[in-house]
Amino acid sequence: MPAGTLYRGREGMWSWVAHRVTGVLIFFFLFVHVLDTALVRVSPEAYDNVVATYKTPIVNVMEYGLVAAILFHALNGLRVIAVDFWAKGPKYQKQMLWTVVGVWVVLMAGAFYPVLQHTLRTLFGS
Amino acid sequence: MSAETTSAEATATEGVSLYDVDNPAPVIEPPRKRTKKTGSASRGNFEMQAWLFMRLSGIVLVVLVLGHLLIQLVLDGGVSKIGFAFVAGRWASPFWQVWDLLMLWLAMLHGANGLRTVINDYAQRDNTRFWLKMLLYTATVFTVLLGTLVIFTFDPNIS
Repeated sequence: MPAGTLYRGREGMWSWVAHRVTGVLIFFFLFVHVLDTALVRVSPEAYDNVVATYKTPIVNVMEYGLVAAILFHALNGLRVIAVDFWAKGPKYQKQMLWTVVGVWVVLMAGAFYPVLQHTLRTLFGS
Repeated sequence: MSAETTSAEATATEGVSLYDVDNPAPVIEPPRKRTKKTGSASRGNFEMQAWLFMRLSGIVLVVLVLGHLLIQLVLDGGVSKIGFAFVAGRWASPFWQVWDLLMLWLAMLHGANGLRTVINDYAQRDNTRFWLKMLLYTATVFTVLLGTLVIFTFDPNIS
């Protein structure tokens, strides 16, 4: 890696990588999600059957992962907009990334029980 | 090894230019330089409009998608309550129908344009790039139309 590079291997590059990866994952989920929702036009049973999959522990954990991906993509997307449209955006892009990470950690902590409560209740009772 | 080479290496590590009059740097064509292949201005500025669309739709999607996640996965027992009856209850209101329709269209177009960028970046062969994008556009049109049809023709009394 060349010395003195401002971008490569630093916050700007890794947030770009994470934005791409989360974006692609969310798009693939969206495609599946429209297909599963379309089952409401088949029958209530067909829809409830597929939703039962969403309530299994493994898929429930994947939903928490989906929330993680969407929250990062949303918050970092707002940072990208600030970098593009706010005069001081490029200057503060690093600070804004750490703000994004901080808000993301807080929201993920807050979403932990609500999103996973179905699994926690079925696995540990009450 | 001559003294000249040694000094060139030494300067390179310090980040000073490797090149001089006898050893010029390679010329890189400016990215926006107009060549014979470049069309006229009448070709439009699709890429700029796509860039702007990503930002505008992104702001709207932050509200629509985070609201959707809050209702579906966070409030009122999380995923537990979701089922046909829950969907029927929500789509009884035109407000949530419009919410979901707008979210479907904006998210699919935003995602499709994102994947278009990713395909353009990584698929190097012309043929591969072309067919990957055809697959993407087909899947996008199919999904948007299917989702729209489902929202408009939803029947709570289906059995």
